Amino acid sequence: MSEPTAMQDLLKAEGPAAVPGLGRPDRARSLWRDTWDILRHRKIFWVSLVMLVAFLLMAAFPTLFTHKNPEYATLAKSMEGPSADAWFGYDLQGRDVFARTIYGARTSIIVGVLATLLTVLLGGVAGVLAAYYSRWLDSVLSRVGEMFLGVPYVLGAIIILGTVAPAQSSPDKVTIMAVVIVVLAVLGWPILMRIARSAVIQAKHQDYVQAARALGAGPGRIIFRHILPNSLAPILVYSTITIGSYIGAEATLSLLGIGLRAPVISWGIAIADHTSYIRTGAHALFFPAAFLSLCVLTFVMLGEAVRDALDPKLR
Amino acid sequence: MTEVLSEHVGSGSAGGALLEVEDLHVEFRTRAGVAKAVNGVTYSVDAGRTLAVLGESGSGKSVTAQTIMGILDMPPGRITGGEIRFRGVDLLKLPEDQRRKIRGEGISMVFQDALSALNPVFPVGWQIAEMFRMHRGTSRSDARKKAVELMDRVRIPAAKERVNDFPHQFSGGMRQRIMIAMAIALDPEVLIADEPTTALDVTVQAQIMGLLAELQRDSNMGLILITHDLGVVADVADEIAVMYGGRIVEKAPVHDLYRNPAHPYSKGLLESIPRVDLKGQELYAIKGMPPNLLEMPTGCAFHPRCPYRRDNCVTDVPPLYTISGTRGSACHYWREVIDDGSR
Repeated sequence: MSEPTAMQDLLKAEGPAAVPGLGRPDRARSLWRDTWDILRHRKIFWVSLVMLVAFLLMAAFPTLFTHKNPEYATLAKSMEGPSADAWFGYDLQGRDVFARTIYGARTSIIVGVLATLLTVLLGGVAGVLAAYYSRWLDSVLSRVGEMFLGVPYVLGAIIILGTVAPAQSSPDKVTIMAVVIVVLAVLGWPILMRIARSAVIQAKHQDYVQAARALGAGPGRIIFRHILPNSLAPILVYSTITIGSYIGAEATLSLLGIGLRAPVISWGIAIADHTSYIRTGAHALFFPAAFLSLCVLTFVMLGEAVRDALDPKLR
Repeated sequence: MTEVLSEHVGSGSAGGALLEVEDLHVEFRTRAGVAKAVNGVTYSVDAGRTLAVLGESGSGKSVTAQTIMGILDMPPGRITGGEIRFRGVDLLKLPEDQRRKIRGEGISMVFQDALSALNPVFPVGWQIAEMFRMHRGTSRSDARKKAVELMDRVRIPAAKERVNDFPHQFSGGMRQRIMIAMAIALDPEVLIADEPTTALDVTVQAQIMGLLAELQRDSNMGLILITHDLGVVADVADEIAVMYGGRIVEKAPVHDLYRNPAHPYSKGLLESIPRVDLKGQELYAIKGMPPNLLEMPTGCAFHPRCPYRRDNCVTDVPPLYTISGTRGSACHYWREVIDDGSR
């Protein structure tokens, strides 16, 4: 029985180059294919993927996890501890902590993902333009980016949010989320610009870009077909990690009372509401904080797994 | 057949060759100073003819080619003078969008290292098809069919099955064939091959040179073959231009140069080829180092290494003396060099 399998293994090992006509077990061995092969064998990738799916389900279909209304308050049950009826207990206003934690995932993930997308858009466009056209445009964009980076993150956020949405005001859900997303992206794009810029500069000097130019490709085609696909890896890795850190940053701003605020349900707000009750009712603080940490961890782990798989030096 | 290498072509004259480079000057401004990479190069190529440009690293042969293609990085590069005429039109005066149309369609180029000259993230068939989609707006499926035809034409076995493979799945020779397929996809009138065989095995080199020669015959292209390997050019080239220090030091029909070089540098190159009949003797080598482009020697750039050196070589830049017809040598003492003959 072992004979034919050994033969097949041999054929597989020879690869398509050696046996062009025969069955081709590993067609299309591209960078992404290789990356996937490495990822498949990494525990950290599967762990973070399972957690990611769980969080995404929470965000998309909170009713799968709980039937309770996160807004429903029974003041009589204020700060009641965990029980069979309410797994995570009740918060200060007598609302179900489990339900609020589940519903909080949606806000955090929406803010994290959208802020990251906006960052990638701003930073990516700036980075590609700076690297591709270089000269004065590069200098101008790089210096502008440095000016933004020079502003400490939290301080910058306090100033902008304090002006646009002061702590006393109560903007509606969508507005405040949009404001927080824009603030995070506006303060975070220069880092992505640097990453995109260096990746594009590297790709730009590759022979295939010169070859494409010599065969008549214009700037658009060179950027979108030749440079971007070859400089996507670092941008992808950084973005994944950024989602996690933006979720943390959103919670920080909410904790400071200048980010998201009621009626939005978010982990950061839950933490902010209960920091002074840590000794009497730690459960109302612990569960949202734990979910927040796990969610940040999920994206950071996923980003690291992808980075390890994409980095040829670690292969 | 028209003259391929003419000394002084009247500018814009109707009788000019297909592609003419005239008195081209290119320099690079670096922190260390100005490097004069190309100092007045003049050559031309006609349909169906092959010009070999021979020279060592830093002789300016690739920079000239990049300038013709318009893919020189500027800055640091700067074209400080000269004309490049394609069908009588000076390319250096054309706006970028018109030059882009000429690239690939009119003048095309094959690069030295096909692995790095092919985009690693796209299948080779896609990359060949892209040529048609980009220049001709051919539909996806038609372009793909043409890609397979081209892969057949450059003799890639089982082209149909391999059209979706990525560059790294091919051997070096096959990759260079794909590069050639891309370069000839749109039937260019002039093909510049920049050291097309340098990265390949000797046996594969011969195949690729044979393929290039055959494609050139079939479609009557003008071919500029840039190389540092004398062995590669002998069978393929019609004319040869030897470059040194950013200048052409000798141009000649290929057999004249092999038989009897007229410049000490070409002579030195020929003499440093290992020969079976001189087995056991010490191999000849040109003494000294290639010139530093930042501090070019005065007079003739070759004088520090030249066995024929006299005093005026240090002070006077030799012009390209006409020897006969299309033959020229930039050596004050070319008569002596010719009289000495080759070893």
